[in-house]
Amino acid sequence: MAYSEKVVDHYENPRNVGSFDKGDESVGTGMVGAPACGDVMKLQIKVNPATGVIEDARFKTYGCGSAIASSSLVTEWVKGKTLDEAAQLKNSQIADELALPPVKIHCSILAEDAIKAAVDDYRKKHSN
Amino acid sequence: MDLTPHFPIYMDYGATTPCDPRVVDAMIPWLREHYGNPASRSHAWGWEAEEAVETARQQVADLIGADPREIVWTSGATESNNLAIKGAAHFYQTKGKHLITVKTEHKAVLDPCRELERQGFDVTYMEVQEDGLLDLEQLKAAIRPDTILMSVMFVNNEIGVIQDIPAIGRMCREKGVLLHVDAAQATGKIEIDLKTLPVDLMSLASHKTYGPKGIGALYVRRKPRVRLEAQMHGGGHERGMRSGTLPTHQCVGMGEAFRIARLEMAQDYAKAKALHQRLLDGLQGIEQVFVNGNLQQRVPHNLNMSFNFVEGESLMMGIKGLAVSSGSACTSASLEPSYVLRALGRSDELAHSSLRMTIGRFTTEEEIDYAISTIKHNVSKLRELSPLWEMHQEGIDLSTIQWAAH
Repeated sequence: MAYSEKVVDHYENPRNVGSFDKGDESVGTGMVGAPACGDVMKLQIKVNPATGVIEDARFKTYGCGSAIASSSLVTEWVKGKTLDEAAQLKNSQIADELALPPVKIHCSILAEDAIKAAVDDYRKKHSN
Repeated sequence: MDLTPHFPIYMDYGATTPCDPRVVDAMIPWLREHYGNPASRSHAWGWEAEEAVETARQQVADLIGADPREIVWTSGATESNNLAIKGAAHFYQTKGKHLITVKTEHKAVLDPCRELERQGFDVTYMEVQEDGLLDLEQLKAAIRPDTILMSVMFVNNEIGVIQDIPAIGRMCREKGVLLHVDAAQATGKIEIDLKTLPVDLMSLASHKTYGPKGIGALYVRRKPRVRLEAQMHGGGHERGMRSGTLPTHQCVGMGEAFRIARLEMAQDYAKAKALHQRLLDGLQGIEQVFVNGNLQQRVPHNLNMSFNFVEGESLMMGIKGLAVSSGSACTSASLEPSYVLRALGRSDELAHSSLRMTIGRFTTEEEIDYAISTIKHNVSKLRELSPLWEMHQEGIDLSTIQWAAH
């Protein structure tokens, strides 16, 4: 099975790898997946509390090349988006952009779950 | 520095070996001008083809200490396993309907067993120990009065461990149970002498021992005689056990490959052993690396390792200059990690993080050194990307975390 050029590009040059301090009030963290299933994604967003806009994002992923590419792509996409916009991201957009084959669709679903979880985490921190 | 050649360095000898150039040379005439059917008894075209096939049969028999009359040509080890297991089960079913095999067998053994279960047979699938080897006491205890056949592979295709076939054979003899051995990964790697080895049926593959694909053989013992019910019916070739016109060039190729294997086994083995040690030494320095399968009772042609916190497919994508295989789910359509590694009690994540490197006759030291450096580089790169590695560094025990399955 050959990988699409975009998957290879994200795998070779992953964007926004790293971690923010989980305890930071302006950071939302989403960790999804399970090692037993072969993929775990950690996605973090840094939000401007005044505007509600995501100013920066980081990820770390244990998983196949498509999982790494999906999470790398999402960190690029969510920057500059509001929380609402980010939460509306659909896995099909990720799958289309990366030309994922059917057996790799779950990677894009996981990336969608990760960004949703990060947004939820940020909102929970600021619910009061 | 990008050392990646157009085609990756081949370290997947467990999947198939390159056909030895000497084997190819031996085959060509039988494809070109000598096209007779070995079953044609009425003219010289047939006679010469028959002679070539019988010479090849002798060469195959010689490698395993068998009589050529005990060799039945097949299309490969999968067919040999099917013929041995289903053929023996069908023939001896009036004696009993119980079979014993092992959870780490190749699918070409497990699937025929499943088929027999559908036909009303009863099959026991033995667990293995953490190192991949059978507990012989447990195996003995699994034998029942109605057990007719046991099937245990000689060398495991994924982890390279060698089962104690002499002891298992003696146990089977004592209990009056037939023993079938899948030796696809064993020929040319370890000494096999069926004059003394108490095995009744043995599956052989050509393309794992530098021969062509599409041909194999089944050893069927004559003394004491083992009977099989044919699975392929037709012209009654191979004494009725396997009908079908013999592919002369393929038989000649397997014969030549086995002839070479017998002559060069000692040097092939010594070379593989040295390269194996070099590879192992080079990779063992990496933190959180685990060898899968017993390190002593194994063929040196195989090294299966788990690189904790790094997913196998992503690792293979990184080491694109190397052709290897992985027990990671993502390399198969099933999304299940290797059942063999799981049978060793390896956690799912270690199974997902495994690489199988298999080497052989044409592997060089330079290739091993390249493998070590590219694997090291990519493991460290992927760990920088891995949230699990980060947690491990922070001292978090991953087994205590409640993961949401998906």
